[in-house]
Amino acid sequence: MQRRLKIGVLYSRVRVEEKWIFGAMEKRGIDYDRLDDRAIHFDLDAPEHWQKYDAVLERSISYNSGLYALRLLNAFGVPTVNTASVAEICGDKLMTSAVLARDGIPQPHNATAFTPEAALEAIEAFGYPVVLKPVVGSWGRLLAKVNDRDAAEAVLEHKSTLGSVQHSVFYIQEYIEKPGRDIRAIIIGDRVLTAMYRKSEHWITNTARGGEGEVCPITPEIEDLCLRAAKAVGGGVLAVDLVEHPQKGLMVNEINHTMEFHTMQPVSGIDIAGEIVEFVMANARMKDKA
Amino acid sequence: MSTVICPECEAEITPDAGTEVGEIIVCSDCGVDLEVISVDPAAVQLAPMEQEDWGE
Repeated sequence: MQRRLKIGVLYSRVRVEEKWIFGAMEKRGIDYDRLDDRAIHFDLDAPEHWQKYDAVLERSISYNSGLYALRLLNAFGVPTVNTASVAEICGDKLMTSAVLARDGIPQPHNATAFTPEAALEAIEAFGYPVVLKPVVGSWGRLLAKVNDRDAAEAVLEHKSTLGSVQHSVFYIQEYIEKPGRDIRAIIIGDRVLTAMYRKSEHWITNTARGGEGEVCPITPEIEDLCLRAAKAVGGGVLAVDLVEHPQKGLMVNEINHTMEFHTMQPVSGIDIAGEIVEFVMANARMKDKA
Repeated sequence: MSTVICPECEAEITPDAGTEVGEIIVCSDCGVDLEVISVDPAAVQLAPMEQEDWGE
């Protein structure tokens, strides 16, 4: 008789996505544990506590908690969705840019500097406007569109004085005149599951910042770009955000490894939570066979 | 589900049916985020403040 697989779902908050994922687990009769990342601990002398899981799905809101949990789980030999390596790359915009550049995948022109002086020099070389982004962070927070040298000097000083040390990794990106929208695609394994335009009058189009969703047809170009981007970061369950550059065409802006899909699931009509659960189970079965 | 009292403004709130532990609800009176810590009986506490590394 086939052994019943055991799944863990690591989370911080029960958002609607987690409710859908838990619901999809229960609908399939899956034996799973809810693992609140604020309540767990890892004893490195007792990995067996974690090795009982055939796979763990990571849905932490905290990037640090999620990343370190994944590192430990992978060190214990527990398959995770996504892997620690994927989280390391996707949770850091500079790491993402580095692997996209390595694989020749189109992305907005960007530069990085480690002091305000060097960052200002890089910004001046770009010409205005530019966008400054924290390398770690999400939901469109702390993005700054810098229109001139005065603003650049002020933002760089504020970041270096008021921010954590990570804010002194200055990630500078060309400002792209988007057509009032960007594109988010969900990739699961080697499939582009669905794509959505995120529309907003504001230059930040994240739905977390009020952007609205509308179905986007998956063209061969979108599919190819998304699959290449997903492969570059290591693959898994991912949301690839694309921008339409007015001259250079489609490019990859960022890739999220614990994506929210509260807008995407109803807009697309696709059971994204169910697809994620199926992918987790496929990973668990691979471990079971190994 | 039984009612709870908002710890911020003392408004009486009735969480929706199907509300789960770990879910965030918003106080309809003062707008503060509340984390559901128990459903039977219902209990809430102020939700943690958003941290810099939070996101998707």
